[in-house]
Amino acid sequence: MDVVTLSRLQFAVTSMFHFIFVPLTLGLSLLLAYMESKYVSTGDVVWLRMTKFWGKLFLINFTLGVVTGITLEFQFGMNWAEYSRYVGDIFGAPLAIESTVAFFLESSFIGLWVFGWNKVSRKVHALSIWLVALATNLSGLWILLANGWMQHPVGYVIRNGRAEMTDFMALLSNPYGLLKFFHTIFSGYVVAAFFVMGISAWHLLRKANQDFFRRSFRVAATFGLVSALLVFLVGDFHAANVAGTQPAKFAAMEAVWETKEAAPYHFMLIPDVEKERNTVEAISVPKLLSFLAFHDGNAVVRGLKEFPKGDRPPVLPVLAGFRGMAGLGMLFMLLTFMAVILSRKERIDRSRFFLRIMLYALPLPYIATQLGWIVAEVGRQPWIVYNVLRTADGVSRSISVPQVIASLTGFTLLYGLLALVDLYLLVKFARKGPDNDLSSIVRTARQEV
Amino acid sequence: MEYQILWFVLWGLLWAIYFMLDGFDFGTGMLQRFLARDNTEKRIIINTIGPVWDGNEVWLITAGGATFAAFPTTYALMFSYLYSALLIILFALIIRGVAFEFRGKGGSTLWEQSWDAAIFFGSFIPPLLFGVAFGNIFQGLPMDGSGYHGTLLSLLNPYGILTGVLFVLLFLQHGVLWLAMKTHGELSLRAARLSVRVWSGLLAAAVLFLIYTAFATALYRNFMDVPVWFAVPAAAVASLLAVRIFSSAGSYSRAFFASCSTIVMVIFTGIIGLYPNLLPSSIDPAYSLTIFNSSSSIYTLKIMTAVVLLFVPVVIGYQIWIYRIFRAKVTPRDIESSPEAY
Repeated sequence: MDVVTLSRLQFAVTSMFHFIFVPLTLGLSLLLAYMESKYVSTGDVVWLRMTKFWGKLFLINFTLGVVTGITLEFQFGMNWAEYSRYVGDIFGAPLAIESTVAFFLESSFIGLWVFGWNKVSRKVHALSIWLVALATNLSGLWILLANGWMQHPVGYVIRNGRAEMTDFMALLSNPYGLLKFFHTIFSGYVVAAFFVMGISAWHLLRKANQDFFRRSFRVAATFGLVSALLVFLVGDFHAANVAGTQPAKFAAMEAVWETKEAAPYHFMLIPDVEKERNTVEAISVPKLLSFLAFHDGNAVVRGLKEFPKGDRPPVLPVLAGFRGMAGLGMLFMLLTFMAVILSRKERIDRSRFFLRIMLYALPLPYIATQLGWIVAEVGRQPWIVYNVLRTADGVSRSISVPQVIASLTGFTLLYGLLALVDLYLLVKFARKGPDNDLSSIVRTARQEV
Repeated sequence: MEYQILWFVLWGLLWAIYFMLDGFDFGTGMLQRFLARDNTEKRIIINTIGPVWDGNEVWLITAGGATFAAFPTTYALMFSYLYSALLIILFALIIRGVAFEFRGKGGSTLWEQSWDAAIFFGSFIPPLLFGVAFGNIFQGLPMDGSGYHGTLLSLLNPYGILTGVLFVLLFLQHGVLWLAMKTHGELSLRAARLSVRVWSGLLAAAVLFLIYTAFATALYRNFMDVPVWFAVPAAAVASLLAVRIFSSAGSYSRAFFASCSTIVMVIFTGIIGLYPNLLPSSIDPAYSLTIFNSSSSIYTLKIMTAVVLLFVPVVIGYQIWIYRIFRAKVTPRDIESSPEAY
């Protein structure tokens, strides 16, 4: 393998690992903020116990998100120096802004939240987790505006042998980046909802802390349903946006080979990449693909054959990733809808089969978000900046194959170990359940009055 | 022209604030296992930095991001040339952060001892390698039109190692004073006693560094041209002496602030000496990366200036506010009564 392939593999490993932890942080921070606000406004101690229990799991997850994020910022320079040099004038800005306006806020107030229970008033304490939630989501905005620029570059001109920014507002209002931002944060909310519902289901099946977990389940179910609907709705607009801005990616997502007017949608298809056609196309709905792509049943969908072979993304992972993600997205709407219905009153306790489904469904949104990134970034190939710079031209010239093999091995081993430790701790504290010894909590509450 | 100079100053300032803040985290992490007599003391030591270390580390992310946004060519070449050293720093920072969070959650002694080791190495390696990296940047890297001609081992030259040792001692001093200030009784006294020994070592390293710099680097050229800049290294030395005076008088918070000043002045001594270079070439100055030949466009620099002037004061404001909330010393009672403590 060459430096380009190894560096791509390393970026994939480190960013996908980072993104195991980010979505839960995005969603659970909001749920925690809601729970703590309920405690502050009602004085009901169950909300405080919920904040503390889910907060502990939040922190175990949060730490890995933070430490693995540093890698990504450094890696642009370390492995992708030519890319960084070429686009730094416009791409560096959103990254620097992210740490200035968002990451500082998140990292400073998480410290206050964790250690400040006895140091500040209840309201200020609840405010600190709201600020963490805001900052986490704001962080995502800047990162996805940066990523949106790689996907659909705007507001720049090629000058002095590089891409220079000419219109900052264009970068901020890039529809590609904004759609991807909303799609990503809502998917994070779905991850958090399933996380809370899955662990609550485990306890409810054991009839432990029923009031506590019934309430957790209900909050997460509502949050999950709204988020699952939003992620799908935004996803639809996002896919339509991709069809307009990255036609080769869209063609790979749907394995479209020939350019077609009023293109049909095939629910079943098996592509033959060698022969550049699909061997199976079945359960077809006429005009549906054109409608999905351009919200117009008669629109023209461009096929892969329109693009030189060297400009096409790999079809199989993009197609499979997209189908898998979209299918899971529909399943999430169904499951969260049922969860909302069943968690009204106390019917959820008797729906043991559904509780078991929700327990095993916990990992599914994680898989969906990873598939989403595969569609987005493998589908961007062979470009590192769409139609501007090829991935192979972005790699550092000064690094060698043994260097990258060493770093890739190091990341894989270290991250593998951390994943095991993190999983062990999450399972341990999730099983343990909420702290029923209220003495410390009540003491906290009394001091705050 | 003015914008590049402004960003050079901001770049130096971000690094200086980073080392001033994360510096005592590193020092505290290095000292934890040597200063503590039992597990409660170990926990007290890491809980002194518990609420703030994460916010401190973001100054590094911002320094990196600012390099990317303002001087992208320097960011690209510096980070790819120093690939292996940066990688080791990254691994160390990762295990340090995880160790703080995970140490108290396992329940066995072996678990705690493993994370204590992670805290030590995660706090010792970054300052050492940051020092080695800056020492080599001060000397210039062997780079020309065809690229970089050094390795991880070639960074470990005498001047690079000396700078690494200087950084380790600076932060050890910083951490020991932080602990003397933030703890009570026996532990505080032990830290204070150790600070005297660390101070002597630091003084020796600093004198050696200032002399060696004249032979190994071109840093003093700017000071010779405009002698008034000698005020900065003079302030570094004066701050270092003030550290000793204050700590002998038992006023550890003043000694700690003098140590903050020492670190900032040491970093700015290097920054002033570098100007206008960001990454000098030791082969031929024609290949050096300067703030002028590696900067972003003026348009980008203007936008970044607006962002920084608007938001960095806000960040400093709330970080000071949070430091004030946690200004009290950490006691055994704090740790036992709080289920959230590390």
